[in-house]
Amino acid sequence: MTTTRDSESPLSIDLRAKPSWRTTVNALMIGLMGAALLLVAIPLVAVLWSVASRGLGIAFAQFPDFFTHTIPVVSRRPGPGMGPAIVGTLLVTGGATLIAVPLGILGAIYLHEYGGAGLFARLVRFMATVMTGVPSVVMGLFVYLLWTFNFGYSAFGGALALACLMLPVVIGSSEQMLRLVPPQLREAAYALGTTKSRTILTVVLPAALPGIVSGSLLAVARAAGETAPLLFAVGAATAYNPDLFHDANTALSVQIFANANSSFAAAQDRAWAAALTLVLLTFVVTLLARMFTARLALKR
Amino acid sequence: MQLSDLRGHKHYSDRAFTGLALAAAGLVVLILGMIAVTMTRRAWPAFGVTFFSSTRWSAADELYGALPFIWGTLYTSAIAIAIAVPVSLGVALFITQVAPPWLKRPMVSLIDLLAVVPSVVFGLWGVLVLSQHFGLGRSFLTAGIILGVMIIPIITSLAREVIETTPASDKEAALALGATRWEMIRASVLPHSKGGLVGAVMLGLGRAMGETIAAALVIGSAIGQITVNPLAPGNSMPAVIANEWGEADGPHKAALIALAVALFVITIAVNLIATSIVQRSMKRSRGA
Repeated sequence: MTTTRDSESPLSIDLRAKPSWRTTVNALMIGLMGAALLLVAIPLVAVLWSVASRGLGIAFAQFPDFFTHTIPVVSRRPGPGMGPAIVGTLLVTGGATLIAVPLGILGAIYLHEYGGAGLFARLVRFMATVMTGVPSVVMGLFVYLLWTFNFGYSAFGGALALACLMLPVVIGSSEQMLRLVPPQLREAAYALGTTKSRTILTVVLPAALPGIVSGSLLAVARAAGETAPLLFAVGAATAYNPDLFHDANTALSVQIFANANSSFAAAQDRAWAAALTLVLLTFVVTLLARMFTARLALKR
Repeated sequence: MQLSDLRGHKHYSDRAFTGLALAAAGLVVLILGMIAVTMTRRAWPAFGVTFFSSTRWSAADELYGALPFIWGTLYTSAIAIAIAVPVSLGVALFITQVAPPWLKRPMVSLIDLLAVVPSVVFGLWGVLVLSQHFGLGRSFLTAGIILGVMIIPIITSLAREVIETTPASDKEAALALGATRWEMIRASVLPHSKGGLVGAVMLGLGRAMGETIAAALVIGSAIGQITVNPLAPGNSMPAVIANEWGEADGPHKAALIALAVALFVITIAVNLIATSIVQRSMKRSRGA
């Protein structure tokens, strides 16, 4: 389609004769690329369809029972209840956010505003890259040895594990956003005699905030769906436990894992409904992140 | 630095803030160091010659040979890569080189959506739908397919970034010589982004090897078999850890932690190589 065809030129016959197989190959390859896109859509649609079709009926059967009742102790008994898991997911993810987001933003501030291209900043950046590659199951065992082994099961242990997973992500995305703040803004503040910390807190951070919030929310969405690190730290409660620091808790992802392994239909039903709840939760957080990104684009 | 020298005196609050930021950044180094030290120390008794060479894994006999799980990790990741690489490359090329501009954003959103679905939900779908209704059972192949789907978004987004660094002049030169779009991709885009694409694939590989929950649900939890039959039930390092932890006692726990340490070392190595390849190719293309 991109070959030029000049019908006036005597060469035009040659040009037109040759492309026949070349354009066929071209069309074939482009067709294959399009097919790849369709191929990606298939599992996404299939997974979401299964979750919606099998989960909706259970989750909203006697609204709001599924979201408020406790989890049946005998898993083969049918009936609602994922309330404690929803509370647990919110506790664990919320705790992780409170730990990882402030620390991550502070770390990013150090990297961009203080460290720059210095040796220590480069080391930290390198280590943050390494840390994003640590498998979540390894992070879970680390927190088990550090916390759960000494203090027992609690939502806080899970929060620690998720915070470790979120920290390098928040640092990375926040540093990128700080890089987008124009240096003139800082210079203007310095010219007024403002100290560096005040400049950062009152000028630089507000300017970068929508982007930082968006990046952090994406990290939260990913963390909310994590399962492996919670297996070692949170335990398996079936009743509400609003205490962040004491006693076993539970989470939606842990419940899905446990019930998916069960051979009882009732347990599997609850797994689908819990999956629906978890997917909705992560999608809402992702959507919020998108809204902040849109605001950022609007400002520019 | 110069600017702060001009100011009369340093406020304590200013210094405190600097210290706070420094400590937060140092935390990353501290955590990584602590992971390495605490886990290796706890796992030490389990490491030995037999850990990496024996195929017998039996908690009752206190025999811990991790070879089958290492094999399972490598095999399922290889299947995942074989599925994910052609698809991701096709999608990345389609989005960057073929699709009209108005289609780009929705396509990117579609791929991103795949990355938002929690891995346990993929696992649930894999075990209750894919393995039951498609005759795959719980097997290496089922795990490979699920892992492949899960790493597609990562490879695609990295590949997109790498491909977009191809200079427009290279592509225009190919088109001006009468190349079709595919010939332009083969002559200009692919040679230019080869290094970065290899890095992107390796980052996907690292992710596939460490993925736990989805693999734990669909891989079948077979103990101690090494086979190339893709339909046989198997096991992988992270899956064993997740599935056996609940019933593990002291030495068994040490062996599982040893598995985690081995997994940590392998994934970190793969990630480091991948990151350095990506960064080098990005730097080169920016310099060109």
